[in-house]
Amino acid sequence: MQKVNRLQPFFENLVFEREDNHMIVNFGPQHPSSHGQLRLILELDGELVTKAVPDIGYLHRGMEKMAENMIYNEFLPTTDRMDYIAPTSNNYGFSLAVEKLIGLDVPRRAKVIRMMLLELSRITSHLFWIATHALDVGAMTVFLYAFREREYAMDLFEDYCGARLTHSAIRIGGVPLDLPKDWINSLIKFINKMPAALATYEGLLDQNRIWKMRLENVGVISPEMAQSWGCSGPMLRGSGIAWDIRKEEPYELYDEVEFDVPVTNRCDCYGRYKIYMQEMRESLKILKQLIPMHKETTPEIMADAPKYISAPKEQIMTQNYSLMQHFVLITQGMRPPVGEVYVVTESPKGELGFYINSQGDPYPYRLKVRTPSFWHTSIFQDLLPGQYLADVVTIIGNANIVFGEIDR
Amino acid sequence: MREYSDKKNRQAKAYYSDRFYLSPQVPKEKVDTDNIFLKDIKSLESLFVIKEAYIQKGQLVVYISAKDNLKVMKFLKNKLKYNFLSDISAVDWLAKSGEFEIFYQMLSTSKRKRMRVKFFIKEKEEIKSVTSIYKSADWAEREMYDMFGVRITGHHFMKRILMPDDWHDHPLRKTYPLIGDEEAQWYEIDKIFGREYRDVIGPEERDCAKIVEKDTHRFARIKHEVPFGTKYSSEETQTEYQEEGGIPIVRKLKKSDVKILKERP
Repeated sequence: MQKVNRLQPFFENLVFEREDNHMIVNFGPQHPSSHGQLRLILELDGELVTKAVPDIGYLHRGMEKMAENMIYNEFLPTTDRMDYIAPTSNNYGFSLAVEKLIGLDVPRRAKVIRMMLLELSRITSHLFWIATHALDVGAMTVFLYAFREREYAMDLFEDYCGARLTHSAIRIGGVPLDLPKDWINSLIKFINKMPAALATYEGLLDQNRIWKMRLENVGVISPEMAQSWGCSGPMLRGSGIAWDIRKEEPYELYDEVEFDVPVTNRCDCYGRYKIYMQEMRESLKILKQLIPMHKETTPEIMADAPKYISAPKEQIMTQNYSLMQHFVLITQGMRPPVGEVYVVTESPKGELGFYINSQGDPYPYRLKVRTPSFWHTSIFQDLLPGQYLADVVTIIGNANIVFGEIDR
Repeated sequence: MREYSDKKNRQAKAYYSDRFYLSPQVPKEKVDTDNIFLKDIKSLESLFVIKEAYIQKGQLVVYISAKDNLKVMKFLKNKLKYNFLSDISAVDWLAKSGEFEIFYQMLSTSKRKRMRVKFFIKEKEEIKSVTSIYKSADWAEREMYDMFGVRITGHHFMKRILMPDDWHDHPLRKTYPLIGDEEAQWYEIDKIFGREYRDVIGPEERDCAKIVEKDTHRFARIKHEVPFGTKYSSEETQTEYQEEGGIPIVRKLKKSDVKILKERP
């Protein structure tokens, strides 16, 4: 029997020891601003959060187990379903890990195309973030504007690979297609359109009194806290630590393009908002530099490694040995060397790492995905106590978490 | 007779393998090829037992003994400036040697280096939690326990994280069947209706393309479409698509009323 003044979530074996009038609120898993299936168990003193226990696992699909039972190429489309806001960055993280394991060298044109897609997906992801975050905080207009621009970026993806959400636009060893005719022109159009759009969002939000009141000095993550909790990406740079994997451990051609890494010492939600806006501008800058680079490259788009990667279609159709190898690679899958590798890339949300342990079989022996959102969600138990209930929504929205990659 | 399956390894297996095929190795370099790593490993060696150390793909891999894990991590954070714990997880070698291989993936932003600390533990051996040093170990250790059943002491809230609390067994072990074990298959039915209802409800239909022709509640029948919930008959049902008083269905599209864009805005 329940005691008076002793409310307990009856289906949960959590113990909140208290004798006072604290209330326990179940925030989610079905809540419009829980950004997926996040269940937060909050203990409230009035409107002040005194204890927070995030509960995850409502979208768990066992992707690591799936990976252990699939050939490498089969698993690639599954990575789309992790961070479904920016699927290309997942595809890329996985492909890069396998390429590192094999020791493949990707042709330059493929690198340029990959970078274009990566930066575009960064923009779509950030646009989605600003849209939903503003909606959570109460600015509906930004949502409508940002989704319009996101649509243009998705059109570009659609023109390239035919899909809008689950792209699988990057393959192990390169990219499947060269850029379609006129794609560059549409990209230039998009690049020219974006600065005005970004100015619109900032015009709506930067000096907006409500926006500032709800974001300034809310969700303060000190640099020590960010390091200890393993934050990465904008969550880390918002705390004054300039660490961008594209800059520090450059992959692809990031060492050849010029871009800045926005950092702020504000440590609060508003500072992170400014970083996201600035990062979109930097992405546009990278895209601009990539356009002339694409023209200068030779047309190869897949790595030449007959043991691991199928030959180009033309060769398969004309040469017997290529056809045989293609058949083996499709039916049995490639067998990477024995060893292990941990490869990180800077996904829009932070450090996306793939650990692959290969025993020379067509299936990885163990594949562990280090997804940034997982670590950004675990910080809530430390960050939320001491905040008001209304700010919880801001903090969740600001952390840019996606449940596809938390639960995997 | 039931088909034979290896109980120790329930994973999918390559259907063809060449017994004479020797797979190449990812090269391991000696530690002295990198000055920073060499310094790190020397200071580690002076205090702890280092079983093996090499550089693979630009990252230092160090094997320590399981008992030292807390001390090594403290040393790495305070003295060697590895300020991030990127990831913790395990690799299941139970079938081969009855052991788990635990790895801690570390990052030092000041040195711009990544290293991996590894050790082996027996199946039921306990390891100390490193949450007191790196808070990021909190959920990672819970996940490791949830997925592999690695026992961890000193964690403030050791509970399953992704699977339900009352789940049976640990899904990422190689012994865990791919379609789930018996408990997993009957999990919802046991929980909602009780064990005795297993017979009443029957096993889960796992053929995702299965069509029951007589069920007009869930299927619209393939040969000819029928309205929702009509009685099954082998004869074709006459259907009126325009419901009385319903929203009119557009049958013919007038091209003149439609605006077609020349190109995308």
